[in-house]
Amino acid sequence: MVNNKDGEQKKKWIDVVLFLDKYRVLLIFGLLIIAASLLSDAFLTTSNLFNVFRQVSIIAIMSVGMTLVIITAGIDLSVGSVMAFSGAVLAGVIAAGVSLPIAIIASLAVGVLLGAFNGFIIAKGKVPAFIATLAVMVIARGMTLVFTQGNPIVVSNSAFRFIGSGTIFGIPFPIILMLAIFAFMYWVLKHTTFGRYIYAIGGNEEAARLAGISVDRVKIAVYALSGLFATISALIYTSRLMSAQPNAGAGMELDAIAAVIIGGTSLAGGKGGVTGTLIGALIMGVLDNILNLTNVSPFYQDIAKGLVILAAVLIDSKLANLKK
Amino acid sequence: MASLLTLKNIKKSFSGIKVLKGIDLAVDSGEIVALLGENGAGKSTLMKIIAGVFGPTAGDIYLKGEKVTILNPKHSQELKISIIHQEFNLITDMSIAENIYLGREKRRFAGIIDWKTMRQETTKVLEKVGMSHLSPNTLISECSVAQRQLIEIAKALSFDSEVLIMDEPTATLNAKETRTLLNLMETLRHEGLGIIFITHRLNEVMQVADRIVVLRDGNFIGSENITDVTEDKMVSMMVGRDITDLFPDRIEPTDDVIMKVENLSVRNKLKDISFNVAKGEVLGVAGLLGSGKTALSKSLFGLEKIESGSVNFHNKSISTPKQAIDAGIALVTDDRKGEGLVLNLSVYENLLLPYYRKIGKSGVLNKAKMDTIVDKWVDALSIKVHHPSVEVGTLSGGNQQKVVLGKWLQMNPDLLILNEPTRGIDIGAKTEIYKIIKDLTEAGISIILISSEMPELLGMAHRIIVLHEGELSGELTAEEATQEKIFNYATGGGTIGK
Repeated sequence: MVNNKDGEQKKKWIDVVLFLDKYRVLLIFGLLIIAASLLSDAFLTTSNLFNVFRQVSIIAIMSVGMTLVIITAGIDLSVGSVMAFSGAVLAGVIAAGVSLPIAIIASLAVGVLLGAFNGFIIAKGKVPAFIATLAVMVIARGMTLVFTQGNPIVVSNSAFRFIGSGTIFGIPFPIILMLAIFAFMYWVLKHTTFGRYIYAIGGNEEAARLAGISVDRVKIAVYALSGLFATISALIYTSRLMSAQPNAGAGMELDAIAAVIIGGTSLAGGKGGVTGTLIGALIMGVLDNILNLTNVSPFYQDIAKGLVILAAVLIDSKLANLKK
Repeated sequence: MASLLTLKNIKKSFSGIKVLKGIDLAVDSGEIVALLGENGAGKSTLMKIIAGVFGPTAGDIYLKGEKVTILNPKHSQELKISIIHQEFNLITDMSIAENIYLGREKRRFAGIIDWKTMRQETTKVLEKVGMSHLSPNTLISECSVAQRQLIEIAKALSFDSEVLIMDEPTATLNAKETRTLLNLMETLRHEGLGIIFITHRLNEVMQVADRIVVLRDGNFIGSENITDVTEDKMVSMMVGRDITDLFPDRIEPTDDVIMKVENLSVRNKLKDISFNVAKGEVLGVAGLLGSGKTALSKSLFGLEKIESGSVNFHNKSISTPKQAIDAGIALVTDDRKGEGLVLNLSVYENLLLPYYRKIGKSGVLNKAKMDTIVDKWVDALSIKVHHPSVEVGTLSGGNQQKVVLGKWLQMNPDLLILNEPTRGIDIGAKTEIYKIIKDLTEAGISIILISSEMPELLGMAHRIIVLHEGELSGELTAEEATQEKIFNYATGGGTIGK
């Protein structure tokens, strides 16, 4: 039906589309880096880059959990509030004189429990993830306000400063923590049954169930992990400020979702991964950074971020159409 | 010797409604049993009981003579029973190997996947179903429908299944793929598998089955050796009455050409297609999957970008759906659920969707008028429903299709394009749809009947055009058309690609 020349050209074109599709996020990131280094001499300096990465680490780690959730075709709106509450618990417990390791474990447990509660309501209660996590988002924020009485809780244990501001071989600890988490979760998603079940559930939940996968258990685990990662973000955040803020993490769930989406994970589930998310988070971080470096008013920064999200999803749907 | 799988006096009720009323079914090793029945006869419920999706209300299941209770789908797999559902349970963004071993991945330790073994094992089972050319790493989304079907079978084989249950495996396959599948079933039978095969295509039953079991309205009607029955006998067992003739007599069309398609080309899909449709004519369109049948139906309705050539209807050029609708063309797509109906709305509301459009300006609904419209169509198309307020999604396929037809017929079209109007519909409902088509042509409406069911084309169409890879490869009158000739044109006169 098509002559050979057309056929060959078409094939080449398809290859180009597939290539663009695969490395789209990386290409956008590369272009952004080039633009940023042209716009400001300060951009490509070690201290600035460490700064960008360290700032990104909080959102990025939170986005790891969000990636897992979104691959199962779910959503977790509660991460910002969970981060605030587990941060407050952490600071409160430290203030009460409990030792640092135990305080950290306690706050991680709180995050995991809140996440697991999300998962339980979604999996067993058959409540849409959007609604369930919206409710928990409001509840956790309320719990934070009750717990803190609306005031910041100051952390005076100076050893705690290491998590947010320490360095190992000159590299800021949050960056190491972030990269370690991404590397580990990359491996989990690719090479463990748990990881593959997350994709299976997002791709076709019924098929996964019929294959004997305990869909409910995997879902609960995924939301629990989301709570866990939100709490690790809380550790860094609280350590950076050396205090827990009652309004910490407000709106961060949207940044996390944006990082995941820009990173190419599909809201429809079944597709995507943490590599894209890391780059997605970095794209947002670099964007913030370059707007700061070039003295653009913070009011415009949000508009720029919104436009980047739009551009990312538009490119996504265009490429998806081309692939057909 | 006891049968491989035996079901005795299986009963099942859902909230007091008896769906199965004492069914017996047995399959031996090396036997193919065709399970027949109209939609709603209880075949799917019976399958789900064997699959462990739910338990029977009463009755016993024996496996090799031993009584078993099938607890859940996983348990039924462990008992070496595999079910291939009508809607595939494959995850499209995962590889063949992952799909085949989903839920029972080969592991090294602690949930870490052993990819190498999984790929090797996958290659082995793919070979068994004759698809050694596919890499285990291929994503399902890159596989054709026929390949997916075979992958499902490969999956069943990877369990060392002894009982294989297939729910309408050939419904979406073309003639050649169907042949491959039926051959594979023969091979598996020789290897000692017991196969239960659900299908609406009786010629396939005649080809491969050893025995038939017929259900009707949840009742067990009978079990017969294939040598003792004819297709007519099977049909009358299924519908409970004799259907003397599946297809009504054709009404002679007029010579009045209403649609002219000239050198129609759509990029990558159709090339240089020309034909006419006369008033009151049924024009059949045949072709294999991917031959451009659906693209043709869409371009006649203005849904495809026409590269060159023209579609003229009543001497008006058609290039947008709005022009098509205004000119009097209606398109009933093959995707009943996706495009034709709002499944969770009632029959009443679905039938009224075109009416809502017409009210336009005032926006005020006239209850009495609405009732009249609905009653008229429920009656005219004999849509079987307790009450029009019932959700369309709960109706059988045949009745859903009638609602779709009712929706379009309200627009008083002069040309109705039907794409696979009887797919997944039982014989009783099929005859009713055929009757409706005949009545429409009698009223002077023209029909373009696109179908992959050759008997349907041969029985209904005045003329048949055949597509092959986007080109018109042949045109046959009703008198000269035979299955062989159509198939020959459809395959481009020679062999098809893969």
